[in-house]
Amino acid sequence: MGTAEVVAGKCGEAGRMGKDVRSDCHVTVELRSQGGVAVELKSRVGAFYGDAIRAQVQSVLRDLGVAHARVTVTDEGALPFVIAARVEAAVRRAGAGEGKKSLPEKAAHKGGTAQDRLRRSRLYLPGAEPKYFVNAGLHGPDAVILDLEDSVHASEKDTSRVLVRNALRAVDFGAAERMVRINQLPMGVEDLEEVVPEQPDLILIPKVEHAKQVIEVDQAITQIAQRLGLTQPMWLMPILESALGIENAFAIATASDRVVALTIGLEDYTADLGVAKTKTGEESLYARLRLVNAARGAGLQAIDSVFGDVGDMDGLAKWGEQARALGFEGMGCIHPMQIPVIHKAFAPTATEIEKALKIVAAFEEAQAKGTGVVSLGSKMIDAPVVHRAVKLVERARQMGIA
Amino acid sequence: MADAGKTTKLVKNAVGRLVPTRVNGREEVAFPGVDQYRPSGKKASPAVRSNADYPKNGDKRVPDLLTALKKCGLADGMTISSHHHLRDGDRVALEALQLAASLGVKDLRWFPSASFPCHAPVIDLMEQGVVHHIEGSMNGPLGDYCSHGKMRGHGVLRSHGGRWQAIQDGEVHVDIAVIAAPTADPSGNANGVQGKSACGGLGFALADSMYADKVIVVTDNLVPFPCVPWQIQGNNVDYVVEAASIGDPSKIVSGTTQITRSPDRLKIAQMVAQFLKVTGIMRDGFSFQAGAGGIALAFVDYLRGYMREAGVKARFVRGGSTKYLVEMLQEGLMDYILDGQTFDLDGVRSMGTDARHIMTSPFTSYNFHGKGNIASQVDAVVLGATEVDVNFNGNVVTHSDGRLLHGIGGWQNCLYAGCTILALPSFRDRIPVIVDEVTTMTGPGELIDVVVTERGIAINPRRQDLLDAVKGSALPVRPIEEIKDEVEKICGGKPQKARLTDEPVAVVKWVDGTVLDTIWRVEE
Repeated sequence: MGTAEVVAGKCGEAGRMGKDVRSDCHVTVELRSQGGVAVELKSRVGAFYGDAIRAQVQSVLRDLGVAHARVTVTDEGALPFVIAARVEAAVRRAGAGEGKKSLPEKAAHKGGTAQDRLRRSRLYLPGAEPKYFVNAGLHGPDAVILDLEDSVHASEKDTSRVLVRNALRAVDFGAAERMVRINQLPMGVEDLEEVVPEQPDLILIPKVEHAKQVIEVDQAITQIAQRLGLTQPMWLMPILESALGIENAFAIATASDRVVALTIGLEDYTADLGVAKTKTGEESLYARLRLVNAARGAGLQAIDSVFGDVGDMDGLAKWGEQARALGFEGMGCIHPMQIPVIHKAFAPTATEIEKALKIVAAFEEAQAKGTGVVSLGSKMIDAPVVHRAVKLVERARQMGIA
Repeated sequence: MADAGKTTKLVKNAVGRLVPTRVNGREEVAFPGVDQYRPSGKKASPAVRSNADYPKNGDKRVPDLLTALKKCGLADGMTISSHHHLRDGDRVALEALQLAASLGVKDLRWFPSASFPCHAPVIDLMEQGVVHHIEGSMNGPLGDYCSHGKMRGHGVLRSHGGRWQAIQDGEVHVDIAVIAAPTADPSGNANGVQGKSACGGLGFALADSMYADKVIVVTDNLVPFPCVPWQIQGNNVDYVVEAASIGDPSKIVSGTTQITRSPDRLKIAQMVAQFLKVTGIMRDGFSFQAGAGGIALAFVDYLRGYMREAGVKARFVRGGSTKYLVEMLQEGLMDYILDGQTFDLDGVRSMGTDARHIMTSPFTSYNFHGKGNIASQVDAVVLGATEVDVNFNGNVVTHSDGRLLHGIGGWQNCLYAGCTILALPSFRDRIPVIVDEVTTMTGPGELIDVVVTERGIAINPRRQDLLDAVKGSALPVRPIEEIKDEVEKICGGKPQKARLTDEPVAVVKWVDGTVLDTIWRVEE
């Protein structure tokens, strides 16, 4: 539910409670000058983890350098990384814990990243709703997006930042690429300060209209990475959500080496144009084609927007197939049940795979013979066609269908 | 507990659980192992009656339930039984007990086939001394009352089949059976498929009608003789009461059943269906049992797709019938629905009109003290649980804090299926479901074959045939200990053990009437 502002630097609260809340908690921290740390706990899992929760709250406050406080926790089965985040956020709102963090235990991260990895589906996870995090990877999305922007209310930006940071560290997202959608600049820089140390694989930058916005984010990441000696790659995916953004697509695409893909936000884009958003998308066709062209021109992936109607799987399948035909390599995803439909839509058909395998075989045969001409039957196969076939086979193998 | 006897002797049974040797003043047999106990003696037998003592015109009507109870000779210490086919919409069971209170009767044993939130006022009757104790599932407030040691006698939890066995064997003698019937005629023939309060079958009242000393049928839809079809035979009935309403139809059956939309639960459901396909359990002429909701229903949606693809037809499907089973029957995906309990209006309609939708009873489906039953002939059953441990033992009656939560239903009886699958999330909120040791033993691990969770599928090492059948498939088969370790990591360690006293407040019976485990009073 709602959270209070900091009151005279002495009291802070964070998190949510209420009968519909699950896997989250509400924390109130009242700083005091003596008396140690007193924890009052009301938890639906009190019989199972009451002692552990009390001990954890003590430990988090120690990490944050708070020696005296009265803490009230109303818990609905929040996992440890969530409790830690809510306590830390409450302490910060009370005006303490400056410059300190309480980091949860690090999970093993199996998901890898690569510049050109599969990005068929990117599952959006609202950054203020921890209950969706822990099983997200099990549904097999190519990526998860911990969102700090549009799905997080203005009053929860600070608390969600800490929650997302903890999630990046403590939650096992399986084979998925770990992405974070930061807020527009300048707030986005605060987001980066908090999450970059946990090395997300990719940062989504919303509402990009100029190359310099990308450069600013790139530089902020580089500074943090250098300061902390972080070595893993961190990519960027600018989201174009306005006419101006689409106009500047190529400049944005080439603004930084970190950029691996371009994507589009159709809600904001159609609003910018002043048109209705339809399920067949004629109104945004130009923007999407322009995006594909700019992305491919810069050697990047073109990624499509989300399909908002979770109940319409047929509509989703059609959209996905059309997107693939236009040159998109994936799209956004707002519900786990959309994932298999999207993966199917972006998969090459058996016929396409068979044809591509033949072309690749012909190419390899020509290579072995030392000839420059690749032929299949009576047809000559141009180099770009060979290249496309090689890429298709590679993608199909990554998808496990060839 | 006032008079349960704190000096109850406890013994360790075959699964290492401490159980009392006397329950409610009766000697009990501790569970000796699956299929080890053999009953002796004859079935219970009601007294022989004479037509001379009953209305020659077959009209057994009396003005109201109070009159009927008086004529039945309701007295202190008697056992009153009721069925739960009207679910949370039932009015009759509570009314019968409240009328007993108005007559100043005390110390009754209430013997429902299950209880629901609508029965919470029975707590007041227990406080007043009208009801001494309940033998039957105790949900919510009733369960809490018992868990805190406030009930004067021991609770006894039995499966549907176990309740039939207890009545049949004379373990529980029913003095007065009160049977709420959606349709009945004046001579007591009754069914549950017709009338404004239609509920489907009346199987849970069948044993009561056959073995109780006195039987009262209460209906809000009296028809002239004959009431056809009849599931309760008037020849077993003493009195018939016509009431304005026997229950709230909106709470008896749901208007329609919706499959869960939770992506996590749907994933588990899909894995269950895939398991049945990959292992070859799904094949022409096979049989399975589905539940009323949650994952135990959702898997049906995936399975029917696989069945269509493979051109497979099931010989029979057991329910809990819902519109999903009815749709499959109409599509020709199975030959029969063998129904124990109807959950929605589509099920009720189908049972009333389709000759392939068969009403069964706990006798045919579940009774263990007989010459076989249907449940053991089912190829695959999908069930839930509150806990499963690393030895595949299952718990459905308490949560990990030891508090009484649910009844057993047909769960224990279903464990005899060819392949018993528990499909459940590996943890719920922060409460692990896969644990080191179940808090309350409701089903021994040797009968539980597969545990399907969102984090993987665990197969009981006893089932080498199933382990072989999944080899080389893409199914995420893992040791159950591994799933448990992962859950404990996510939840931040092992959960604290339940804080329980050493005072028994209830027992869990096995399908053969032996005592499987004890429910202990919770610490304040």
